Amino acid sequence: MSDHELRVSKIRNGTVIDHVSGGHALNVLSILGIDGSEGLGVSVVMNVPSDRLGLKDVVKVEDRELSQSEVDVISLIAPEATINIIRDFEVVQKNRVDRPESVIGLLSCPNRNCITNDGEPVETKFAVVEDGVRCAYCGTIIRDSLAGHIDPE
Amino acid sequence: MRQDHLISATQLSRADIEAVLDRAAEIDADPAAWGDAHGRAVLGLCFFEPSTRTKMSFDTAIKRLGGTTTDMGSVDSSSVKKGESLADTVRVVEGYADALVLRHPSEGAAKMAAEFVDVPVINAGDGAGQHPSQTLLDLYTIRENVGLDDLSIGIMGDLKYGRTVHSLAEALTNFDVRQHFISPESLRLPRGVRFDLHQSGAQVREHTELEGVLPDLDVLYVTRIQRERFPDENEYEKVAGEYQIDTETLEAAADDLAVMHPLPRVDEIDPAVDGTDHATYFEQAHNGVPVRMALLDYLLSEEVDQ
Repeated sequence: MSDHELRVSKIRNGTVIDHVSGGHALNVLSILGIDGSEGLGVSVVMNVPSDRLGLKDVVKVEDRELSQSEVDVISLIAPEATINIIRDFEVVQKNRVDRPESVIGLLSCPNRNCITNDGEPVETKFAVVEDGVRCAYCGTIIRDSLAGHIDPE
Repeated sequence: MRQDHLISATQLSRADIEAVLDRAAEIDADPAAWGDAHGRAVLGLCFFEPSTRTKMSFDTAIKRLGGTTTDMGSVDSSSVKKGESLADTVRVVEGYADALVLRHPSEGAAKMAAEFVDVPVINAGDGAGQHPSQTLLDLYTIRENVGLDDLSIGIMGDLKYGRTVHSLAEALTNFDVRQHFISPESLRLPRGVRFDLHQSGAQVREHTELEGVLPDLDVLYVTRIQRERFPDENEYEKVAGEYQIDTETLEAAADDLAVMHPLPRVDEIDPAVDGTDHATYFEQAHNGVPVRMALLDYLLSEEVDQ
């Protein structure tokens, strides 16, 4: 996006998550556990034109640098996302997201009879498999609409 | 066998399985020789669902190894009734026992329990998940009757919710076995099990009728189709009737076909089959004791070695 098209101003320090599939910005924030209560400056741009994606979202989080392991989980819903770490208005690091081996504590298991839905003191854990994720406890595979399984807690 | 727990059949290699089955055969040949093998061992029985065969055969197995049991009793008479979590229950019981046998209505319960305790946990059934100790006795029975390689096995009935089916199918991928799954469309194997079978390169075919495949089978493993899996009684009656066998059905089978069933049966195997050479299900149930003795011997010996 060129400067004259900017819909949100540049940030001084923090993280810009670019090339998020259109419409998924709020899911990205949910994955990162950011809901505004942290007091961080957060900007969201949704459904802007993108050569690569058709429509893309952009998320800017001020004064917080996200680690690779934090952002890798974004790859499950936004495999094309790029992560830019910003210091003093400059991009000092630019990374693509990688598929993680597992996802812990983020998704809820759709199998209501899974032990992770039984009020036990255990976090959900999903192994990332070929074309989806698989519950490490009950073996249920989720292939579609992962974002719909993000645990709001 | 280098295992701390027995949670799922997917964790078992061919070498693991053969080690337990060989030990079970040794025990079967001379059970009295094992009477002091684990003289001070206490086995914790945590059954959150009713059980006859599994619970009684584990109870018998540890006693024939010289040990004893401590039993949580029924859920209604335990602190579970007061709202205690499974995680707390198993952490308490591990203080009383050298190993735990757990049956629970939720899938993944045994895996979670194993994360909270240091003693071996044996999954004796977790909802519609797994039942791997049943699989070991199933494999022992198959090996005793027809061998475990170059084999065609038909697995019929409720393949979706049948935990014995899931464990058996996954364990059989270690052997040269052609697996035929026979069920109504609505009770096909769940996606997770089909994923495992596909990943392991298993030889698998799915059928909705027994008739076409029966003459090719060495083993027919029958399971019960439960009434509550169907929205209405008529549909259940219609479907269940197609997956019941009697002596007439078996006229098309090979003479040495072994008919197995994890039991309890209701009406899926006609009692007239009991008197034929095909009937292997009571032998199968009896094998629960030597196989579970062998399993306990391995897991408890591991515990001492550590």
